[in-house]
Amino acid sequence: MSIDQSTAAKVAKLARIKVEEDALPALAEEFNTILGFIEQLNEVDVEGVEPMTSVTPQRLLRRVDEVTDGSQQDKVLANAPDAREGFFAVPKVVE
Amino acid sequence: MSELNKLGLAEARDLLRKGETTSVELTEACLKAIDAADALNSFVHKTPDIALERARAADARLAAGDAPAMCGLPIGIKDLFCTKGVDSQAASNILKGFKPEYESTVSGKLQEAGAVMLGKLNMDEFAMGSSNETSAYGDAISPWRRGGEETPLTPGGSSGGSAAAVAADLCLAATGTDTGGSIRQPAAFTGTVGIKPTYGRCSRWGIVAFASSLDQAGPMTKSVRDAAIMLEAMCGHDAKDSTSVDLAVPNFEAMLTGDIKGKKIGIPREYRMDGMPEEIARLWDDGAEMLKAAGAEIVEISLPHTKYALPAYYVIAPAEASSNLARYDGVRFGHRATLAQGDGITEMYEKTRAEGFGHEVQRRVMVGTYVLSAGFYDAYYNRARRVRTLIKKDFEDVFAAGVDAILTPATPSAAFGLGEMSDADPVKMYLNDVFTVTVNLAGLPGISVPTGLDAQGLPLGLQLIGRPWDEGDLLNTAYALEQSAGFVAKPARWW
Repeated sequence: MSIDQSTAAKVAKLARIKVEEDALPALAEEFNTILGFIEQLNEVDVEGVEPMTSVTPQRLLRRVDEVTDGSQQDKVLANAPDAREGFFAVPKVVE
Repeated sequence: MSELNKLGLAEARDLLRKGETTSVELTEACLKAIDAADALNSFVHKTPDIALERARAADARLAAGDAPAMCGLPIGIKDLFCTKGVDSQAASNILKGFKPEYESTVSGKLQEAGAVMLGKLNMDEFAMGSSNETSAYGDAISPWRRGGEETPLTPGGSSGGSAAAVAADLCLAATGTDTGGSIRQPAAFTGTVGIKPTYGRCSRWGIVAFASSLDQAGPMTKSVRDAAIMLEAMCGHDAKDSTSVDLAVPNFEAMLTGDIKGKKIGIPREYRMDGMPEEIARLWDDGAEMLKAAGAEIVEISLPHTKYALPAYYVIAPAEASSNLARYDGVRFGHRATLAQGDGITEMYEKTRAEGFGHEVQRRVMVGTYVLSAGFYDAYYNRARRVRTLIKKDFEDVFAAGVDAILTPATPSAAFGLGEMSDADPVKMYLNDVFTVTVNLAGLPGISVPTGLDAQGLPLGLQLIGRPWDEGDLLNTAYALEQSAGFVAKPARWW
């Protein structure tokens, strides 16, 4: 499996990371090095083997469905790069 | 008393209880050592006011006879742990200025146990790296040097600042985290002890997430006894982490008898890699001899899927990272890029993440995005998870056959020079984790113990891998190895 520049651009888009046009060839090459390394996994016979979901044989614990927290608007917004009138502010989303 | 910062946790604790020193004295000695060690770039956010306030409170508790396990002991905290009101940015520019409104469970437990936080420690960005060279703060530098050279060396990574600080006696101990070897590799590079407990032992709540199915916190210390003391204070069930396990935490220190007679120690043949340096092979053989001399039985074992651990890790860890790091969007916390006229929300995400994430983090997020994308999910991600099941089974089979612990090298080499790997392809750097990453994939406890020096005078470590939830027994075997190896070397001060 070889990754070309357009695939690299698509992956960058999916990851929401801006990659300049002139950086794409090097990025595609790095992907190919890493994926070439990962290809070794194809040598393993995984027929009938379950994909691991949890490394410890424990079901996820469930908690009681009740309100235990809240009314911390100031704290929630304290680290926001742009907070106004008690909300997170972002560029216009809907035209 | 001179140079209190050179003490370990156990010695300092005993002096405190006897009234022969105070937490304020210990803390001041460490703060002085930290200020004189800026050349190591290990402490990246110093918190002297918090430290002295907690030290005074600890002294009051000691005087009142109400001293918990870590009371008054000054430690450093890896920057990956959220600490209330104190910069916690995972060594990333995307979290620059982030001051959490909450305390991570583990750092909170240490605080409750009376430990004194001296500041935050350097690391690889988002814990992604093996040399501390991906940090937004710049490289952490090892206090160790090759004999007769001044080449700056890596303290390892990702917990490089923690390792450098403990090795240079800037603190009595430090917290680390380990996703693929990030506690054990830097411990081995700096002649310190580092243990990654069983997955689920320590709560992950409030620790900036990298790969959630692999991440575990653990202590980095000057001795196995100190690791036992500090690990106990860090462990325990936490309802805020659904993968945290509700099991009693034993008194690990009380289990350090040094008696390993009749224990069966496995030597996995697949770890004897082609091209293994002679020094590492000899260190490993010597370690096995030491355990044998202490009464253990040495058996050769096979972990057949070892070779596939690293490639499986480099699917699973980036996949989880791409998902975890989606939260850095420039909206709720951290950095937001300056936008151009007409930029919408997509440009905000893309520019913010391009500016905020360093190169290695971007690369891993994108690899993760690729292996999870439509059409490749089965071929890469699900296949890697199947291989992970087989890797775990390798260990289960060996433990079922009566093996108590497994002895391996901790790293394929001694510490390398900063920048020496910069021209190498990323896979070459990933090979640093070849002996440690299997343990994360299988969720097992692993400990790195310093046992020797290489020809250039740099420390080398061995790794012991234990049964799940049996950290007490593992620590005891490590204690026996430590006693036999008698490693006492310290870096000569140049900083």
